[in-house]
Amino acid sequence: MIQVSGLQYQYPNATALSFPDFVVEKGEHLLLLGNSGSGKTTLLHLLGGLLKVKAGSIRVGTADLATLSEPEMDRFRGRHYGFIFQRNHLIQALSVKNNLLMAPFLAGLPPDEHRAEHVLHQLNLGDKIHARVNQLSQGQAQRVAIARAILNKPDVILADEPTSALDDQNCERVAGLLLQIATENNATLIVATHDQRLKSKIQNRIQL
Amino acid sequence: MNVGQLVGSYLRAKPLNTVLNIFLLALGIAVITVLLLFNKQLQQKIEENVKGIDLVVGAKGSPLQLILCSIFHIDFPTGNIKLPEAEQLARHRLIKRAIPLALGDSYRGYRIVGTGRAYADLYGAEVEQGTWWNRDLEVVAGANVARYGNLKVGDKVVSQHGLSEEGSHHDEHSLVCTGVLKKTGSVLDNLLLTNVATVWAVHEEHEEHETHDAVPGDSIANPSALVPGIEAGDSTREITSLLIEFRNPMAAIQLPRYINTQTNMQAASPAFETARLFSLLGTGADVLTAFAYVIIFISGLSIFIALYNSLKERRYDLAIMRSMGASRPRLFFTIVAEGVTLTSVGSIFGLLLGHGVLWLFTEAVKESSQTGFTAFVFYPEELWMLGASLVLGFICSLIPAVQAYRTDIHKVLAG
Repeated sequence: MIQVSGLQYQYPNATALSFPDFVVEKGEHLLLLGNSGSGKTTLLHLLGGLLKVKAGSIRVGTADLATLSEPEMDRFRGRHYGFIFQRNHLIQALSVKNNLLMAPFLAGLPPDEHRAEHVLHQLNLGDKIHARVNQLSQGQAQRVAIARAILNKPDVILADEPTSALDDQNCERVAGLLLQIATENNATLIVATHDQRLKSKIQNRIQL
Repeated sequence: MNVGQLVGSYLRAKPLNTVLNIFLLALGIAVITVLLLFNKQLQQKIEENVKGIDLVVGAKGSPLQLILCSIFHIDFPTGNIKLPEAEQLARHRLIKRAIPLALGDSYRGYRIVGTGRAYADLYGAEVEQGTWWNRDLEVVAGANVARYGNLKVGDKVVSQHGLSEEGSHHDEHSLVCTGVLKKTGSVLDNLLLTNVATVWAVHEEHEEHETHDAVPGDSIANPSALVPGIEAGDSTREITSLLIEFRNPMAAIQLPRYINTQTNMQAASPAFETARLFSLLGTGADVLTAFAYVIIFISGLSIFIALYNSLKERRYDLAIMRSMGASRPRLFFTIVAEGVTLTSVGSIFGLLLGHGVLWLFTEAVKESSQTGFTAFVFYPEELWMLGASLVLGFICSLIPAVQAYRTDIHKVLAG
């Protein structure tokens, strides 16, 4: 599913970061571990096409990310990826439901309200569908972000420090949900984190 | 979910900002709309009233006054001209038609005009009730005079000297209203028409019975061309002015000079004088227009600042949207849509406000409805304003939209 080889990335005025080669099969999960500055966010963004691959290659399914033009990459992200970030970054101006429906809208897919309701129920947020984002607790907001990430049934879910801001109880819960929902949707989950609490959850890991 | 909902949500998320921006623009647009409606209608009214009148001839004095008095009936006469002189001029080969006007009296502030049927024909007037006047001391009332002055067919009309309602009354010789005219939208609506002899009759009485035989119509050997019913060349008779239509364009060059130099009368061109009047009024309108443009400029600036500031807060929103598959052009378009939505709502609101203000004005001020001003006309310029406000929205949102376009997703999301 995902194949990384000879990948390097260089920021201006900095030494180049080299990443190990690895392969992740469809439905497998992967943990990218490392301290801050180790390049795990860079790798995640390279995998997600948020950064352009300049040296080496990343193949996702049949696509070679380095060869995709920017509009093609935008389209590809919308159709195949779901992102979850450390801060949940929901759009404050929109309700929970519309935050979810942004995903199909921006990916150019037909809106599916039943799917949105279904996913919210899965994440135990069924009663929050019409709530405003600023009425949610942090744990709830993170779960809405997860719902949004999986709404389009992506092949790959990329999560950047999804649990770092959460307490142990919420961490446990969110990590469990992420894995469960990724498995249920047959998606590959890649988590970049320095959160040692996740080590026990995902066996497949790369240390940066 | 669509762009409209997204833009709407962002605008609703900051209601005060949104309302302020819409209101500012609406205010500017409303001022321009009112000026536009007012100016257009005024110009239209003036053109309608001037139609068919190439030249006004009257006593020497201010030409503008002569025009205001003889065409728009909002000023006093410059004086009188001798009937024989007027008759002589009316026979000039360059004059196709000359209509005499005898002014000096009014009924409840509405001017009584002694003239001929040709004057009514100038504005295409038709009788709605009753008949035209047939003999002396009969008048027909314009539509507004009948309506606002409460005049019906058969009523007695007690005239006053001058134009004010407080003028001395000509009580003894009361006139009779024989007809009411249909509304024409011209100055005629605010006049009472009669023949020239009636005005003379009322005034003779006023001037302590200066003896004139009430001439019976059948004993006239050589009736006057201007005032049928009296002998031509009666040097004791006077009228106020003549409305003249040229026979050919040559007249425009020759006649005014001839009249101004060779006679004791003056000639005034309605086109020229109204243009002069407009350029005088125009200064005030220009100041107001400039003021409106300043408001619109400020509203544009305010919209720009609002979008620019909100973009800082929305950096993450934009990056997230990119991560969900939105392309750069799409972010650009979303921001532009927000600016354009603000300005188009603002300008539509402004147009409605402008019409609304004029409507209130026409409802509240009696005179304005009598002059035929209405809030319910739309001009192509209003579409232009709408179009221009879309352009304004685009310009205001251009810089923020370019910034959105340039959002570096990696930096924002990693930061």
